[in-house]
Formats: sequence, structure tokens, C-alpha cells
Amino acid sequence: MITLSPQPFEPGALLTAFCEGRDETGAVASFTGLARAEQGRAAALELEAYPGFTDAAIRDFAEAAKARFALHDYRIVHRTGRIAPGEAIVFVATAAGHRREAFEACDFLMDWLKSRAPFWKKEHGPDGARWIEPTDRDRTDASRWDQE
Amino acid sequence: MAQVLLFGRLADLAGWRDKALEAGSLAALRALLADQDPALAEALAGPGVQVAVDKALVRGEAALTATTEVAFLPPMSGG
Repeated sequence: MITLSPQPFEPGALLTAFCEGRDETGAVASFTGLARAEQGRAAALELEAYPGFTDAAIRDFAEAAKARFALHDYRIVHRTGRIAPGEAIVFVATAAGHRREAFEACDFLMDWLKSRAPFWKKEHGPDGARWIEPTDRDRTDASRWDQE
Repeated sequence: MAQVLLFGRLADLAGWRDKALEAGSLAALRALLADQDPALAEALAGPGVQVAVDKALVRGEAALTATTEVAFLPPMSGG
């Protein structure tokens, strides 16, 4: 399931709910991304999504990840709007028969979400606001899956 | 008439995020915008700006009706 959330969310509650009622899932991996303060340079982060387009793109990618890593299930929650330092931006959980698939699928999904997902990111700092493009590190992280 | 959406820096540049505009094709829409706001039209034609028509990416031309949603998408930053 995929949710774009303009409201803060609680990662622990999401993980608990995701683990419930699983008899054959041996492994659940999860990742929670938090907004950094960047030593005061980032007063807030603003994430813009295109509802109906952004979630559809995430769903297409997540379904491909599900097939590639033989996942039983996945859960993705992504914040939109204005996000304060310390708040959760993204939550990804993956369920698989064994841990390797769960870990790798979670890593794979995060690399794509961080670099290629259809969001537009603005950082609000003491000197005003600026739009952010993906970093070289984000692109390298995402591209390491392309060669495999 | 088409429902036009701008995202990211394009919306900041234009000063609006959504607007209904009278245009029967993407080319007509670009021409209309070039008339109204040359700086915006130039940015819309800039590198990496993608166009989605009714939430599907298109390259090149597309016909527009009153209910067509056209979105101009600057390079995506990821989450």
C-alpha cells in the first residue's frame, strides 16, 4: 500500500500494523527517513507531489520491486507539504520469506524514492528558500541497481 | 480550454499553480503562454521539463479538450 500524507505520521505504528497477521513472512525490513536540520540551514523542507501521478509512479516501481525480490508485501508512506526537522519524511517496509530479499528490496525502493520519485523539494533556510535537485550521491545510489 | 498545472520552480516563476486556459493543443497552449508570460514559456521549454497529459507523460504534441489536465513537471528531485 502507498500513502502520500500531508500530515505527520508515526513510523512505529505503521511497522506494528504492517507486521500483523503474517504466517509465512519470515522477514520484515523497514526504513524511516527523517528531515535533517543541517546545522540550522534547513528550517523546514517542503515536498510537492502531483496526486494521482506521484502515487501511480511509486506504485509502478514498487510492484516491479515486489516481483524482482519476491516480496510478500510492502508499505510506503511519504510525507508531502511542509516538514519540520526531526519529522519523518518517508517510511518503507518490505515483507519477504527471508531477510536478504526484505533488506535488499527496502534499500532498492529507498534509492529510487530518494532520487527518481516524482517529488519537488524546497529547502527553507535562514537565507530564504531554494529548490533542490537530486545529489550525485543519490544518483549513484540509484544507478548501482541498474547494472545488475 | 485545458486545466494547466505547474509544479516546483515553474509555479514559483509563474506565480500560479493551476489555471484554465483556452488551447486546443499543446503547441497552442505553449504559444498562448509565450504571449502571456515569455519567461514562463521559456522555462517550460527548458531542459528536463516533462509534460503530462491527464497524468501520463507525453513527448511532442497532444490534443487538448476542456477537461484535459496538462501538467508541466520540472526535473524531479526525489523525496
